[in-house]
Amino acid sequence: MTNNPIKIRVQNVTKVFGKSKKAIQLLNEGESKAAILKKTGATVGVSKASFEVEAGEIFVIMGLSGSGKSTLVRMLNRLIDPSIGEVYIDGEDIVKMNKEQLREVRRKKISMVFQKFALLPHRTILENVEYGLEVQGLQKDTRSKQAMNALKLVGLEGYEHQYPKQLSGGMQQRVGLARALANDSDILLMDEAFSALDPLIRKDMQDELIDLQSTMKKTIVFITHDLDEALRIGDRIALMKDGVIVQIGTPEEILMNPSNDYVERFVEDVDLSKVLTAGHVMKRAETVSLEKGPRVALQIMKDLGISSIYVVDKKKTLLGAVTAAEANRAIDSRQGLMDILKEEVTTVSPETLLTDLFEKVSTASIPVAVVDENNRLKGILVRGAVIGALAGNNQDINHIHTAKSEAAAGQSGKEVKITWNNGSRNSQ
Amino acid sequence: MEQWLPKLPIAVWVDDFVNWLTATFEVAFDGVTTILESLVEGMVAGFGFIPSYVFIILLTLLAWKVSNKGIGLFTLIGLFLVDNLGYWEPMLETLALVLTAVFISIVLGIPMGIWASQKQMVKNVVVPVLDFMQTMPAFVYLIPAIFFFNIGVVPGVVASVIFAMPPTIRLTILGIQQVPADIIEATEAFGSTTSQRLLKVQLPLAMPTIMAGINQSIMLALSMVVIASMVGAPGLGADVYRAVTQIQIGRGFEAGLSIVVIAIILDRITQNIGKSKKQGGTI
Repeated sequence: MTNNPIKIRVQNVTKVFGKSKKAIQLLNEGESKAAILKKTGATVGVSKASFEVEAGEIFVIMGLSGSGKSTLVRMLNRLIDPSIGEVYIDGEDIVKMNKEQLREVRRKKISMVFQKFALLPHRTILENVEYGLEVQGLQKDTRSKQAMNALKLVGLEGYEHQYPKQLSGGMQQRVGLARALANDSDILLMDEAFSALDPLIRKDMQDELIDLQSTMKKTIVFITHDLDEALRIGDRIALMKDGVIVQIGTPEEILMNPSNDYVERFVEDVDLSKVLTAGHVMKRAETVSLEKGPRVALQIMKDLGISSIYVVDKKKTLLGAVTAAEANRAIDSRQGLMDILKEEVTTVSPETLLTDLFEKVSTASIPVAVVDENNRLKGILVRGAVIGALAGNNQDINHIHTAKSEAAAGQSGKEVKITWNNGSRNSQ
Repeated sequence: MEQWLPKLPIAVWVDDFVNWLTATFEVAFDGVTTILESLVEGMVAGFGFIPSYVFIILLTLLAWKVSNKGIGLFTLIGLFLVDNLGYWEPMLETLALVLTAVFISIVLGIPMGIWASQKQMVKNVVVPVLDFMQTMPAFVYLIPAIFFFNIGVVPGVVASVIFAMPPTIRLTILGIQQVPADIIEATEAFGSTTSQRLLKVQLPLAMPTIMAGINQSIMLALSMVVIASMVGAPGLGADVYRAVTQIQIGRGFEAGLSIVVIAIILDRITQNIGKSKKQGGTI
């Protein structure tokens, strides 16, 4: 959460299907969805939802089917009109807009991707992607060019003259994404966009979306019923139940501090190995500076009762590892650390998911090193801690803050500070 | 029946109404009569101008192109048979009558269907009227048709239109309304106007269904040719009617067979026009 401008502000939005007046009154009196249905026959789709989405953020709305998430996202471009409440896009309340103004917003500011792709079967891929530009009245060559660019972005170059039916589900949804991107609108609404795809393709599409997002910086509202998906792609997640938003927070907040029983039950089955990263479970590394020599290294290892240690330079750049046996030999033969340094060590980045590093951790003879993109040593992965974190053991999980704290960098040069407790740790 | 309620004079009301219509709109009816008459006669003259063997070859090529070799062959043999039996002239008259009736059905029916598909109120009115048009025995509206348009081909065309138009309207409504809701939603989400949605999405996607409706209209119009001949419409129907009244089984069969040939050719050709050859053409 940084200080980006607010792109979407939803305030107290309620949607009632059926006799809304009576139902809204009952809702204000605090009646439940079920009670209102019984009394008035009206269904409460969304009840008093309020949230803000910052520019450049991926905001995930998650809930089971019937929780009102699809209704909520449709009120952001008024495919469904809210019964009451306000929806501000760039500070303008679209609920108050007339048809022409609304059409303009839909054409220029908001694009949408649909669960069942909703491509036009009688049009080629290119014509499909052009659709949004076509209704704006753009010239043929201008819109073809823009559409081709969008197709390039999603990797569908060469398919532009095919028909949707000739493409696989994953490719069709890429077309849906390209159609939304072609308009170059700031806001992307994605309604269960990947839910109809099989798991492998879905994961590819999620990766690709994250990739695209890193360069495009759209404001994305993503609807899903899949918690794994929400945790993977969401900067923040809003959890819905029975039309009510029960919790809004970062994936970590939702996982670690569920605000009520419902959220807790929802997240208890989460496969933590797909959520937690190396940064979450790493421990502070025992290191020794290269210039200290084998004697110091051996002493540290003896003090700690460990059999190997990582060697770094003054900037904490990982150089390699030495074992106690090697250090002993070096002392005898009067060699420096440089001579006995074992440079081939297994490393992972702090963003690596646990599920992707099990093999490395289990086969490595010394704890796996976690390094950043500059090869600076950030920590090590101890088997016990990895398993503890998977078991949901909170003290094995570091709380990663996106704000920069350069505590580790400040200590560079001092060779070691050997503790097993886990203080606050940064990921970069 | 109990005597507390006297018989409702519906027959009298209808008679009065028809008389009033005839008197009031005489000019309009005369105008319609003239237009339709010249349309049908012009068509017959136009067709008649083409030598029969040229006409046969042209239709054969058309049938071959839009459907397949088999239908092309059928067209060739069938039309040759009609010519051989001596029903070429009546066949052209029947074709002109049917095509005119279908043309009017399309011109009136498709806009009506589009309108009804957009407005539930309109649909609520149109659908019962269509039921009425299709189930009221065709002979019954032949009678006022004679009043309005005299004897001849015109009341035949009018009766055929009334009988044949409902499928076109019905299937236009159906075709537009069965466009998947998520596709409509997508077009809305990208900011289409109503006419953009209709022209770029709904009508193209409804086209196969609408063509099926037109095909049905053609078949129904053909089934009216014998009835139309009772009010003096010329063509194969007149031959059948004559054969029936004179109990000429052989001639009746020949004329009937010619109608069947025309029916099959028109059916197969129009069935295949609706099916687009390209991959994504149908829903």
